[in-house]
Formats: sequence, structure tokens, C-alpha cells
Amino acid sequence: MALLEIEGLHAEVDGKEILKGIDLTIEAGEVHAIMGPNGSGKSTLSYVLSGREGYDVTGGSIRFAGRDLLEMEADERAVAGIFLAFQYPVELPGVSGMTFLREAVNARRKAAGEADIDAMAFLKMVRGKARELGITDEMLKRAVNVGFSGGEKKRNEILQMAVLEPKLCVLDETDSGLDIDALKIVSDGVNALRDPGRSMLVITHYQRLLNHIQPDKVHVLAGGKIRRTGGKELALELEQKGYADFVEAA
Amino acid sequence: MTIDANTLPLVAGDDPAALAAASPDWLATLRRAALARYGQVGLPGPRTEAWKFTGLNALKALQPVPAAGAVDLGLPEALKALECVSIRVVNGRAEALPSDLPAGVEVVSLGDPAAVPDWVRVTLGGVVSIEASPFAALNTAQFTGGVAIRVARGAMPEAPILLSLLQAGGDGTATIAHPRVLVVVEEGASADLVTVHQGGGGYLANPVTEITVAEGARLGHAMLQAEGPEAFHVATTALRLAGRATYDGFVLATGGRLARHEVRAELDGEHIEYSINGVYLGAGEQHHDITTFIDHARPHGTSHEMVKGVLTGRSRGVFQGKILVRPDAQKTDGFQMNRALLLSRDAEVDSKPELEIYADDVKCSHGATVGELEDEQLFYLMARGIPRARARAMLVEAYVQEAIALIGRAPVRDAFAAVATAWLDRHVAGTGE
Repeated sequence: MALLEIEGLHAEVDGKEILKGIDLTIEAGEVHAIMGPNGSGKSTLSYVLSGREGYDVTGGSIRFAGRDLLEMEADERAVAGIFLAFQYPVELPGVSGMTFLREAVNARRKAAGEADIDAMAFLKMVRGKARELGITDEMLKRAVNVGFSGGEKKRNEILQMAVLEPKLCVLDETDSGLDIDALKIVSDGVNALRDPGRSMLVITHYQRLLNHIQPDKVHVLAGGKIRRTGGKELALELEQKGYADFVEAA
Repeated sequence: MTIDANTLPLVAGDDPAALAAASPDWLATLRRAALARYGQVGLPGPRTEAWKFTGLNALKALQPVPAAGAVDLGLPEALKALECVSIRVVNGRAEALPSDLPAGVEVVSLGDPAAVPDWVRVTLGGVVSIEASPFAALNTAQFTGGVAIRVARGAMPEAPILLSLLQAGGDGTATIAHPRVLVVVEEGASADLVTVHQGGGGYLANPVTEITVAEGARLGHAMLQAEGPEAFHVATTALRLAGRATYDGFVLATGGRLARHEVRAELDGEHIEYSINGVYLGAGEQHHDITTFIDHARPHGTSHEMVKGVLTGRSRGVFQGKILVRPDAQKTDGFQMNRALLLSRDAEVDSKPELEIYADDVKCSHGATVGELEDEQLFYLMARGIPRARARAMLVEAYVQEAIALIGRAPVRDAFAAVATAWLDRHVAGTGE
């Protein structure tokens, strides 16, 4: 059984159809990239997967680990193992990084009928993972994403991913706004999480991220549909030729 | 029964004229002026600008009797752990005063005005304006007791002074009390005062607090309005600060059916640091009104005012904040922000900031926001697995605690944070959309 099975997915935002029939299957352990021009529906797909309100599915189905994803609320999907690394991570004034992570972990444990995590052990675990991503203790104490630079926000997303250990990581334009150093740190963080039991869906406009995170498959999304699927060489081809062919086709 | 629309019955024990006559001269003079003023203006009506968002019809319909009897109420759980010097004023009269006061702190009862020391006599009635508030006039005419607290020159007591004001309400017939408080912080002294208002049954509490902070002195003043659900609470706090004085004021309002707290400060010296921050939390049909006036009279003054509200049910919040910068008050730095979070469609807020600036070299900012929880923030938390109700509670808690974090003194801050958390657990956590 595939981890993620999307069939004939149609979705609209404010009454406007954005996704016009998406079929996509991701097996456990695979890394898929979705590339496409601006406005092709890439971010919409990430929000539909994670259950954001206002993204209305009008047709098709999504099965995740054998369950009907569309019947689940955003928090249930996260607990089931879907993680969205936001393109624009949200600032949470007054909520410290540690509190945020602890609440997220305990929500999973509660759903599994387990007791809250031991505070000291948790602190130690988070600090270890944070250090690998160049995130200081001081940043963990601060309110989530408040006053963070673009690169710090993206690293913080990867830290959350590392702590929550999802089954499916959806990375939405994780490379946007990063300098090359930050891109390497983020990519290393993502690669460290590659695992036969964990799948990834890497959404990006540019091929550069895929130099660091090697995909098994590359899909071209344009005009709300997947226009072509290939191996990682497809990304290089797109880098050279651009999306013009697909935009016209759409 | 006919109800006089503009006045409350004068009920402070004796005939008011007799009360004035029985007072020592200094107080008799104050009482006569206050009575005359109150007789002239009565209570504010709907056309009184300063009261246009807070209607008093329900209050005016009361025929209250003087508050009497015991109040069987402990401090809110969150304040019990606070190490402090405790003073109780019940039904407007001071109970037995503590004998173990820290060095440099003096507390006297106002129950026998003829016996009060000079520092009380020269200051009481001189800070609050009976012209600015008819309720203050009513208090001055009618108060039968209360306390005066003096922190002597250079003294710095470690433990906060906790002043608990309690009132026994009626069952059917409301009670009324006019507690009076005077706080004199002398030159270079530094102290922390926590004021807690509580009561049960139906009542009207009309406390007046006058505070002077002398040259180079500091007062941290955290006020918790946790009156009973049937209470009317109209509080007036009047301050006068001298040069280089610091006042770190915070109002946390959770109680009452209708509550107004008016805080008026005269910044009468250079380099004063004045803060009046606060949070009001409203549920059901509650009405909270926080009205402030900051009078920058001299140069280099700083004022900071952050007032946040959380409103659920059909509750209503009012914020009125006026900042006056007089011609002499150059280099004034004033910050004012009023935010309100509406958690139900039936909640309502009125916000009226007012800047009046007559000096040309000043920095004053003000702003107001009213809103609901951010969908984006809610989704971010849910996308990490946190259920909607818990996510909402976390965001509201963070919103409130951001303001409470402004309380300077750590143990007081922690206690107030816990009071707010307890309220949010009861009124916000676990509630639906």
C-alpha cells in the first residue's frame, strides 16, 4: 500500500478552481518533487494535504496510510503523520519555541493514549536537534518565529519536523529567501530525516534545492494538473528550458 | 418607588451634613465641597462624554444600604502563595492592622479621621479631583474608613503590601461602600502594592485611592478587580508623581457585572517613568471600562500604556485613554496601545484614544486594534497536531500573558499570570468555535 494516494483531486479557493484533477502516488521512503510556475497550484496542494480551511476539495480522494485524509481535521492529519513545512512560517507572539514543540509532541502522545513527555528528557532531545540546525537555546526560548530572519524561520520549520518525526514531509518552497549557507543547513537537516519509512514531497519553483535533496521522482504541475512525471533529470531539463511549454499547454 | 435619576442615596451611616460636622476641620472642609459638587452634578448621564460608553441605568436603579457584615472570602488561589504584608478593608473600614510591618512602612486606619497623623491630613483629598469624577466626590463626602500607607524616605520593603478590599453584598437589596486609600511613597523609597477587590452578593463598591510618589521614589502597583458577579465597581485611582519618580501600574479586571476603573496621573516633575498597563477579561454580560488620563506637565517624562481585553459571550469592553502633553513637557515619550480580542460575535468593544499635545518636541504614539484570533496562527498550531480548542486557548493565553509580562516585580507578575490563566481555563479553554 502506498503511503499517499491522490486520485482525481479537484480543489477550489474562493470559488475558483485551482487544482483540476491531480493524480499522485507516493510510496513509503520516496522523495517526490513538484515543480511548477507561480500560480500553478503548488501551495494549494500543500494546504489541501494539510487541511487548511478555505481550500475546498470538490472532487477526488486522498488516502494517507490507508485512511481517508479528507475526513480528518488539520490536527488529526498532523498527528497521523503529515507535516507541512510552511513557505511563510507564522509568528506566534507570546508562545515560546519550547512550549510550542512540547504541546505538539504531547498532542501526539495524548492521541496515542500516552502520558505527557518527561520535560527534562524532552529539553535534552530538542537541544540536540536544534544544535545540528544552528538554532540556539535563546531562539528556543523566544516566541515562535517572532523577530526571526527568513533563514531562521526555515531552520525552525526543519527543527519541528525533526522533533515530530512525520511520515510525510511536505516542504513548501523551503528554499525561498535562503542564502546558500542556510540552504545547505536546511538541506542537510532534511536529508538527515530521509528514512525508508518516511516520504517527502518537495515543492519548489527552482531546481537548485534538488541538487541538495535528491528526488526519486519529479512532477511538473501547471494549470492545476500534473503535466509530466520523470526522474531527477527532469528537473535539470526544466532549469534549462523553463516552464514555457507547460504554461502554454495549460 | 421613585428613583432619582441622577444621584445615589447618601447612605454613609449618618446624615451627610452631620458626617461633615463630626469630622475634623480639614476633613469637614473636603466633605462639604464634595457634597456641594455631588449635589450639583449628580451621577453622569448618557450625554456625559466621559461616560458615553458606560451606561449607569442599572446602577442608578439601586437603592443601596450601607455595607455591613462579614465577608467569607479568601484571596484568589493564585495570590495565596504570594509572600506579602496583608491589610484588609472590609465594607470600607480597615480591620485590625498588621503588627509586623516591614521597616519604614506605616499603616493607619482612616476610621478615626481626628486621630490621623499629619502626613495623612496634608495629602488626603489633595490628589483626587472631585471635579473630574462625581464618584470621587461621593466617596469623599461619604467614606467612613479605609487605610493610609506611608513608605518612609529611602525605605525599600522586600515583601509587597497586599491590600484586600472586601464588601458584603445584599441578597435582593444591594449594599454600598466607599473605601478610601491613601498611599504616600516618600523620597527615594521603593515599594510594591497589590490591591485586590472582592465581594459577594449585590453591591456597589466605590473605592478611591490617592497615591503620591515623591522625588526618585518608585511604586509598583498591581490591581486585581475580582469583584463578585453581581457587583458594580467604580474605582478611581489618582496619582501625583514628582521628578524621577517611577510608577509601574497594572490593572487586571476579571470581576463585576459593571466595572469601571479610572486612573488619573499627574506627572509633575522631570524624568518620570509612568506605566499603566492592564488586561480586562469579560464573559457573560460583563461590562469592563478602563479609563485613563495621563497629564505630562514637565519635560522628559515617559509614559507606557498597554491595555488588552479578551471578551467572550455578550460582554463589553471600553477603553478610554487620554494623554495630555502640556507646553512645558518637551521630550515627552508617550506610548499607548489598546487591543481587544473578541471571542464571540456578540461581544463588543469601544476604544477611544485621545492625544492632546501642546509641546512641539515630543514622541507620542497610540494605536488600537480589535480582532478575532488569527486563522493563520490557529492553522499553524493545528498543522503541528494541536487540537483546535487547545490551540485557541494557547493563543489567547499568549495574548494575555504578553501584557502581564509588563508587571515589573516577578512574584507579583507570576501571581497575576496565574490569576489570568485560571480565568482563561474557566472561560476560554475547551469552548467551541
